[in-house]
Amino acid sequence: MTGTAAADPEGATLMDGFRVLAVAIRREPWIFTLSTLGSVLFGALTVADAWVLGWSTNHVLLPAFHHHRTTTSGLVLAVIGLFVGVAVLRAVGIVARRLGAGVMQYRLQAAYRREVTAQYLRLPMAWHHQHPTGQLLSNANADVEAAWAPIAPLPMAVGTIAMLVIAVAQMLLVDLRMAGVGLMVFPLVTLATLAYQHYSSPLFTRIQALRAELSEVAHESFDGAMVVKTLGRESEETERFAAKAHELRDLGIRVGRIRAMFDPLLEAIPNLGVLGVLGVGVWEIRHGQANPGAVVTIAYLLTIVAFPIRSIGWLFGEFPRSVVGFRRVTRVLEEPVTTTYGDARLAASAHGAELVVEGLGFGYPAGQRLLADLSFTVPAGRTVAIVGETASGKSTLTTLLTRLVDPDSGRVRIDGTDLRELAPGELARHTALVPQAAFLFDDTVRGNVALSDDVADEDVWAALRIAQADGFVAALPHGLDSRLGERGTTLSGGQRQRLSLARALVRRPRLLIMDDATSAVDPEVEARILGGIRRSRDSGDGSEAAGSTTAGSTLLLIAYRKATIGLADEVLFLDGGRIVDRGPHEELLARNAAYANLVNAYEAEAAEEVAP
Amino acid sequence: MTVMDSGEEISAWSTLKRGAEISPELKAGFAGTLALALLGTAGRVVVPIAVQQTLDKGVNGPHGVDLGFVGAMAVASALAIVVTAVSSYLMTKRLFTTAERGLATLRIKAFRHVHDLPLLTQNTERRGALVSRVTSDVDQVSEFLVFGGVIGIISIGQILVATLIMLFYSWQLTIVVWVCFAPLFASLKYFQRRLSDSYGVVRQMVGQMLSVVSEPVVGALVVRTHAIEDRTQSRINESIARYQEASTRAQSLTAVSFSLGGLSGGLANAFVLVVGIWLSQGHLGGGHLTSGDILAFSFLVTLFVSPVQLGTQVLTDGQNAIAGWRRVIGILDTPADLDDPGPEGIQLPRGAVSVEFDHVDFAYPEGPLVLRDVTERIDPGTRVAVVGETGSGKTTFAKVLTRLMDPTSGTVRLDGEELTRIDFASLRRRVVLVPQEGFLFDSTLLANALYGDLDADRDGVRRAVDELGLGDWLDGLPHGLDTRVGQRGESLSAGERQLVALIRAHLADPDLLVLDEATSAVDPALEMRIGRALERLMSGRTSVTIAHRLSTAQNADEVIVFDRGEVAQRGTHADLVAAGGVYGRLYASWVAQQSS
Repeated sequence: MTGTAAADPEGATLMDGFRVLAVAIRREPWIFTLSTLGSVLFGALTVADAWVLGWSTNHVLLPAFHHHRTTTSGLVLAVIGLFVGVAVLRAVGIVARRLGAGVMQYRLQAAYRREVTAQYLRLPMAWHHQHPTGQLLSNANADVEAAWAPIAPLPMAVGTIAMLVIAVAQMLLVDLRMAGVGLMVFPLVTLATLAYQHYSSPLFTRIQALRAELSEVAHESFDGAMVVKTLGRESEETERFAAKAHELRDLGIRVGRIRAMFDPLLEAIPNLGVLGVLGVGVWEIRHGQANPGAVVTIAYLLTIVAFPIRSIGWLFGEFPRSVVGFRRVTRVLEEPVTTTYGDARLAASAHGAELVVEGLGFGYPAGQRLLADLSFTVPAGRTVAIVGETASGKSTLTTLLTRLVDPDSGRVRIDGTDLRELAPGELARHTALVPQAAFLFDDTVRGNVALSDDVADEDVWAALRIAQADGFVAALPHGLDSRLGERGTTLSGGQRQRLSLARALVRRPRLLIMDDATSAVDPEVEARILGGIRRSRDSGDGSEAAGSTTAGSTLLLIAYRKATIGLADEVLFLDGGRIVDRGPHEELLARNAAYANLVNAYEAEAAEEVAP
Repeated sequence: MTVMDSGEEISAWSTLKRGAEISPELKAGFAGTLALALLGTAGRVVVPIAVQQTLDKGVNGPHGVDLGFVGAMAVASALAIVVTAVSSYLMTKRLFTTAERGLATLRIKAFRHVHDLPLLTQNTERRGALVSRVTSDVDQVSEFLVFGGVIGIISIGQILVATLIMLFYSWQLTIVVWVCFAPLFASLKYFQRRLSDSYGVVRQMVGQMLSVVSEPVVGALVVRTHAIEDRTQSRINESIARYQEASTRAQSLTAVSFSLGGLSGGLANAFVLVVGIWLSQGHLGGGHLTSGDILAFSFLVTLFVSPVQLGTQVLTDGQNAIAGWRRVIGILDTPADLDDPGPEGIQLPRGAVSVEFDHVDFAYPEGPLVLRDVTERIDPGTRVAVVGETGSGKTTFAKVLTRLMDPTSGTVRLDGEELTRIDFASLRRRVVLVPQEGFLFDSTLLANALYGDLDADRDGVRRAVDELGLGDWLDGLPHGLDTRVGQRGESLSAGERQLVALIRAHLADPDLLVLDEATSAVDPALEMRIGRALERLMSGRTSVTIAHRLSTAQNADEVIVFDRGEVAQRGTHADLVAAGGVYGRLYASWVAQQSS
């Protein structure tokens, strides 16, 4: 085992495995005790079976033959009662052991899944960005499962150890020399088991990793089915998948070879031990140093414990995977949560929030996509559009404004309060971001829009109406109760964007940030959406019931289209992470050629077409 | 639930037969493996019996130690141990090899077939479920075949061999043993059904749990911006609890059913003794039975109990494995809706493509018509824009045109040849669709571009980037062509992903390019630049552009206007504006949006 650890940085020693077990036992001491007692009961009764057989032989069987005594019905009942009683108790032991092991395993899995997901919810977006989705999902699923896999054979192994202790003690009491020969079986079995672990555990670790890789290839390939299909790349994809599948197959065959070596060996050792005991026993009997009964007892004890010994091997067999899984899970759980919150709260208000950005600077660790020294103010109830080329830093800005990340320098204030001083959840109570890519939960339409249980259906419908989503939602088979499949794949891009918008609107945010949130929507529909938002804003507080979802709110738009930009009181023109110009749309159009170029592109094109 | 799950569930036996058909490797040398297994089993029974006999007759016999007998038995045992070891070594090796080979084949065939399933199936079926069919379902079958399979074969063999030897001692007592086990065997079917049901629930719960557990990761942005951490956590906790409950229920059933074997064993032991004594007193022709025979017999009962217990366990695992196998086979047996005529099909020659739609209807299964009697011709080398409201059938038109789906009725022809008769490989080389969602593989930008033309090199990609006028954008990226794009390309913005998809399509060098809102997330100036570049690059070829920005339509040679699945209008932009109608309305709203 230690050799493995040296070769593989992720390798696990037996000690590491025991440490994981210790954690499990500390967390579930009662169930562990119960299932271990069940296992010990089982072991004890297995030995008791031999005793019952012996008793019946001496009290019923032999008298019946030697003295030709007719068996009394009382004795018959006693025999049946003893055998069945032992069998029933043993069944109870089995149920306690197996159910206990299961319950303990499931409880630990559930607890760690809860903790890992809770940690995901606490950790900042920056951390999420640094870790691939696939890895995080496997931390919460496969790794948790791997970590607690040794719990299944644990009670049986502990019970076996108890049984071993009894058996060894008994053997030693009966005859030291024969016991010595018989006991050689245990170190040999242990040695063979350890050798098996040594050769197979690197393979199992690799198989585990390979299964994850295989799954990633399949996931990606099916996700990108459209690209695969439209470019006719099915064969190349299949080759990519087959390469992993073949590697997995070859490893499986190698595991098979190792098992083929060790399985028969592990089975043969106890049998050879019994033969050895017989040999020594016969020699001792001939020299008058032992009686035949002693040989019988020791041979019998050896055969009973030979099989259960292997459960200790099964336990150790799970160790490498378990330790690796446990480490990966622990790494997530021990990640320091760097986001800190204050306790400031914003006053409730029917009016929009004021947004002030001061000297904001930000760069990703790799050093690209900087935002440099950004300053601007969006007065309460006003609308500001941020315009810039593809990849000019607009979306990065929205992540700073919603505190998905914290700036490297400068600050963002809402109603005068630095975002970092706000109490948890406070920012979300007052603002809403509609991202470019809509994410839908595996939930109903209602659940996806309301995101809580205390939003009235009328409010959901009102938000859907403004987002121009009421029509297609009403046409769904179950209306608001229609389930949207895994990541809402059954809806079109435009429909998903509209639901995502409705989700923001229903919360009546005082600051609404739309990050190119209608890019997949038709112009006509988009015009209706923007009209609806404008109307509900203009209608003020008076018409809440009519769906004045964003009444009086402050609006920050990231947009390309003039209709969208036209809603804005002021435009910030972003280029290379800096604000290069600002002012009302008309003024910018007039004085900034680059800006005019960008937003007039369609018209310019049309004019060019008409001109010649 | 889906196409794949519908229809009659095939029986366990047919599943095995069909499975062996799909993976012929599994059948190779099966008889030999079985023979080795039986040989090993016989050895396994011989050793304990020899030991028992030695103890009974050789050591503990009436005349003290019988050295000759002990020696003979020891030699026989040693021989049996060696034979067992050798045969189980060979058997395990063979079993692993055939099982792993066969299942790799199954996995790869299923994976390949998923890509042939109609896109509509891929949309309604959850992708995660498709992934699990080619991963965990196959793993389950493989684990069963190599672990459970060995134990199963050995167990059945041991039950048979033990029965044979018991018959040799006393047929009457053999019947007693089987009668004691009869209730167990009879209840197996009931337990198997309950177990299979409860493991079905477990699987369902695990699916739901995995989906919900992914939310804080995949939907991290929404969870944070809406501060719904508590709600998300409670949804997760609920699904975790449901899974835990289902697993616990299944586990209790397993534990109870496993413990039943021991009960039968206890009964059998008791009755063998009691009935044995009764028989030995001359009843039912059992007068020859000695006390040693009866003791030997009870020893045989223990040899009988353990394989029965292991066997029931294997049966449960086997049910799960067969259910998994059935699901994988279900994929392979779902017909691909598109028939690839293969290399025998028509090969399209290079050069601008003409397109003909002849009375084409399209409807999704049990849905209304999405395309209705579309009859259109697109001349080679023309640039056509397709416009219409959401749901008017534009995207369906593009998918039918590129044969991602076949029409419900009517015919599509390219260069006068029926689309369904063209070799797929030839079709995909000549015709490329760029969908709205710019999907990228988790690799570098270069590798993603090369997906369009596997023979291209770095310089070729760079040239393509420059030809599309995207050189400045590329140079602005931190690592240029070596920039890693992240999972699904998510390290890039939606607009940038679309740029890469366009570079990829340009490298593919098609004669018919179909763009389905392929630049919707790109800024207007860049969109126009790309549009002009594509116009230049596609000159002399055919292009069909689906657009919701009418600027594209203004530049096209011709505009086809869809309305509720039908072609409402067709003509040049100028003619259509003059004609009013659907296009007039769309244009008016576009203009209003542009000038407000």
